[in-house]
Amino acid sequence: MDVLESRIAEWRAYVGRSRTVADPDIDELETHLRDQMADLGAGGLSADEAFLVAVKRMGDIDGLSREFALEHSDRLWKQLVLPSKAESGRTSNGLVEALLFAVAAAVTIQIALRGDGWSGDPSPWFMRNVSLFVLPFLAWYFAQQRGLPLRQSLLTATPFVLGALVMNLYPFDPESSTEMLAALHLPVALWFAVGYTYVGGEWRSHERRMDFVRFSGEWFIYYVLIALGGGVLMGLTLAVLEPVRAGLGESVIEWVIPSGAAGAVIVAAWLVGAKQSVVENMAPVLTMVFTPLFALMLTGSALTYAVSGLGSEFDREQLAVFDVLLIVVLGLVLYGLSARESTQRAGFMDVVQLVAVAAALVLDMMVLTSMLARVGDLGFTPNRVAALGLNLVLLVNLIAAAWLSLRLLTGRATFHRLARWQTRYLPVFALWAAGVVVVLPPLFAFGS
Amino acid sequence: MSSRIHIDKDLVAASATPLVLAILDEGESYGYAILKRVRELSGGELEWTDGMLYPLLHRLHRLGYVTTDWRIPPEGRRRKYYAITEEGQAALAEQKRQWAAVTRALNDAWTRFDLVPATGEV
Repeated sequence: MDVLESRIAEWRAYVGRSRTVADPDIDELETHLRDQMADLGAGGLSADEAFLVAVKRMGDIDGLSREFALEHSDRLWKQLVLPSKAESGRTSNGLVEALLFAVAAAVTIQIALRGDGWSGDPSPWFMRNVSLFVLPFLAWYFAQQRGLPLRQSLLTATPFVLGALVMNLYPFDPESSTEMLAALHLPVALWFAVGYTYVGGEWRSHERRMDFVRFSGEWFIYYVLIALGGGVLMGLTLAVLEPVRAGLGESVIEWVIPSGAAGAVIVAAWLVGAKQSVVENMAPVLTMVFTPLFALMLTGSALTYAVSGLGSEFDREQLAVFDVLLIVVLGLVLYGLSARESTQRAGFMDVVQLVAVAAALVLDMMVLTSMLARVGDLGFTPNRVAALGLNLVLLVNLIAAAWLSLRLLTGRATFHRLARWQTRYLPVFALWAAGVVVVLPPLFAFGS
Repeated sequence: MSSRIHIDKDLVAASATPLVLAILDEGESYGYAILKRVRELSGGELEWTDGMLYPLLHRLHRLGYVTTDWRIPPEGRRRKYYAITEEGQAALAEQKRQWAAVTRALNDAWTRFDLVPATGEV
């Protein structure tokens, strides 16, 4: 049955290759195919034969996509944000809902800021809780979009409630590093809670988890794009309003930026769903461009460090830098995985990716060794625990990824195993982030 | 008589719209069922490529002759149901008139010139 499913999936992919047949149409054709197969099967054909006959009766794909092109000529060149007219009969693709949730998030942020008596810099309280003002709306939006049953929706609320309790009941020392770390890790932990709603509660499924990885990458791209556009808009606003009255531009911006940043979280999420095809074209291109560049940069740095012997004098800030570097490499790897076709054979890009990962690992080993020595001398601080822990979490992931892609390149493992490893590992990130929020502060008496 | 007649492509295309509208006039339906009904009605003589039905249905939707609705019936898989609208029924009535005129004219011609025995089969 599995073979049959993958053949149907291949057929789907083949039909979808032509831009003129949109996803809902392919769904419709697939239902037809399955109905036909069921009837043929009842007539005594084997599943394989039924599949062949049903595909044959469906007609040749080129002719079919030509017919679709005639009827939906707009699809040939129109890749706009707005839904095509033909589908607008289905009331909406979630734009209205998305905007409602975006506005709700924007308003919540404003209430929090004003209630906090904002004067210039946001307070530590606001910074601790900022993700709790936005991400619940995103989770809610997906829960509503996916039609999540009430019980599961309530389950989703748990991490948010827990996060709110921890952030507001823990007696953090003012400006302590435990507070800062908790504030940094809470959004990450909550992002996985959003992921639970994004996959419609099917968090055990490998495919759904991969969808979520893909979603996260594309969401990030859209968010950056919106932020860039927003930056231009704000710059112009400043320039236009400044002559009217000094400071007018700034005060407008103070209102707009927090709300815009909050609303954009949801709008970007909507864009990912609504305009999948646009970014699907972008994802492979971006990974193609940046993976080799990162591979070069990392190899160069590893060599320089090894030759010049700088590798023994790292301090905490550099460990943080390397954590970020590993995150970026991991992001590239994950994004590359999610954009890659699983049936494709191992090729040049896999080699480049392996080089990038290996170089990052060598670099990181050097930092880690010096860092461990330092901890041995000076003892643990919350920052060191968080940085080291994150480093280990990433290291384990990347070592296994490197090992598996080596096996993939030598033809001894399938791509599926590599992808599977990454999706299995996802909960580790969630647990680590949650641990830094919940467990780390009491360990250090909410101080440092 | 029993040998399958090959019906010209253009004729199949021309008859497709009234046929689908007539089937939907019986009650709402979905693609695969519509196609089965076409086969049934024509005794298997109208050979459609299955896939081609869908662009046609989409055109009818665009013209406002049918409404669509994705639904999951209690038994079975998620399907897109098509139901005829008043406009669709008007279009169907118009098509019927045109086809009646065409068949009448053809029948007249066949009988007058006696090209085929007037068995009523066109």
